[in-house]
Amino acid sequence: MNGETFLKDKVLPIGTMVLAIIAIWYLAAVFLNAPFERDQAERAGTTISFSEILPRTMAQERPVLPAPHQVFTELWDTTVGKSITSKRSLVYHSWITLSSTLLGFLMGTVLGVALAVGIVHFQTLDRSLMPWIITSQTIPILAIAPMIIVVLNAVGISGLLPKATISMYLSFFPIAVGMTKGLRSPEVMHLDLMRTYSASASQTFWKLRLPAAVPFLVTSMKVAISIALVGAIVGELPTGAVAGLGARLLAGSYYGQTVQIWSALLMAAALAGILVSLVDVIGSRVNRRMGVKPA
Amino acid sequence: MPETVISAQNLDLTFETNDGPVHALKDITLDIAEGEFVSLIGPSGCGKTTLLRVIADLEQPTGGTVSINGMTPEQARLARAYGYVFQQAALLPWRTIEDNVALPLEVMGLDSATRQSRIKSNLELVNLAGFEKKFPWQLSGGMQQRASIARALAVEPDMLLMDEPFGALDEIVRDHLNEQLLKLWAKTKKTVVFVTHSIPEAVFLSTKIVVMSPRPGRIHEIIDCDLGADRPLDIRETPEFLKIAHQVREGLKAGHSYDE
Repeated sequence: MNGETFLKDKVLPIGTMVLAIIAIWYLAAVFLNAPFERDQAERAGTTISFSEILPRTMAQERPVLPAPHQVFTELWDTTVGKSITSKRSLVYHSWITLSSTLLGFLMGTVLGVALAVGIVHFQTLDRSLMPWIITSQTIPILAIAPMIIVVLNAVGISGLLPKATISMYLSFFPIAVGMTKGLRSPEVMHLDLMRTYSASASQTFWKLRLPAAVPFLVTSMKVAISIALVGAIVGELPTGAVAGLGARLLAGSYYGQTVQIWSALLMAAALAGILVSLVDVIGSRVNRRMGVKPA
Repeated sequence: MPETVISAQNLDLTFETNDGPVHALKDITLDIAEGEFVSLIGPSGCGKTTLLRVIADLEQPTGGTVSINGMTPEQARLARAYGYVFQQAALLPWRTIEDNVALPLEVMGLDSATRQSRIKSNLELVNLAGFEKKFPWQLSGGMQQRASIARALAVEPDMLLMDEPFGALDEIVRDHLNEQLLKLWAKTKKTVVFVTHSIPEAVFLSTKIVVMSPRPGRIHEIIDCDLGADRPLDIRETPEFLKIAHQVREGLKAGHSYDE
């Protein structure tokens, strides 16, 4: 790939979208923050012109919708501007969230794959487990997350693990479903082929089912890692908002710190983007090694 | 007199389906001698593939017996007595050509040196030397099917069971592969059971043609076909060839009304 197509295919469309979003964001900020300025003026018994309102809507302390530059300034101050060990550093809070995301994602992947292997090989498990797996995801995570924290705390488990458990609870599902589908994806002909070799069940698993499932695993891991992050953030809410991006969101909403909320949100979004791309890069590396025809 | 390797006696197979029982095979009795090239020919639904799958222990007959070198089909399968070639090449897309050929050898638990030598010799046999590191999608359909034949031969089976192996290929490639298969057969002296619905293919390749007819699937006629060991493609223009082809066509017509 040469630089020109990279510019034309990636930078140009993405850049256009980013600029459009920022423009809409500014417009919305003016529109949403203006009523507060008008109220202020009314209370003071003065009138205020639009040209006076405009700059003020972008510099409020607690705006309804902070302007982009306010959020980016906050992001800059709390990442580059603070020591990463500081409790006010967004890098510190991101790391807290990231660590439970990754641990939960790892646990979820292991659990999901294990469930899928069981479901594919034992019909009883297919019939008995699958309904429970689906039911588990119909329970609102916000309702069950505090229970998990409380129960695990009662048995003396606290800190990283309860939050990771909530991430696992969310992320095992796409893995289990995707992996089940993947392990069942080999054609009848390939299964017949293994039979003509009198291959054992475990040989068929390692040489046929598992490699056939890898593309399915990569796809479901992409979904799983982003919802693992959601799980980690949700898991931070009932712990009393000690640390993590979830804590920043909660504290921000307690004190009406919208700028802080939005910067934590953007940070979470960036983190999700990085994690998904990371899985994507690893996945396409693996796919290429497994001879997938390049697109 | 060469030894009988495959012997089917009064074979019956009825599939239970939702629309009631389907009589796929009825009273099949067939002996195949060592080194023979036997074609099963007939219209679709005549049970030719089913018969091959029974021999391969991929289907269980509901009546009668099959013996392969005195073994049951299951024992023969476990002893890896045959190599099976499917309608499609059925190569594993994530394995290179050499790794695909290595697949049955890995299942058999052969050591790496034996695997390497068998991969090399069998890919040479099907003229695919130099393509070891390619992935299946990088090869044409005909080359993929040749690779799958090499994979079947790598097991070093006594016989080859082939289920319309060239059915999905165009006629030019098919002619070419027929010629190569004949040379391969002459070289390896394997017993071959070959399912096809092409009359010229059956006559060109076979020593014996089993004409089958459908509903229920049964053997209509067995035609001996000995055109000699050396058969260039041109042989298909000769009167001897056309005579046998005519006989097969008449047999197919008699066994099957196309107005059904």
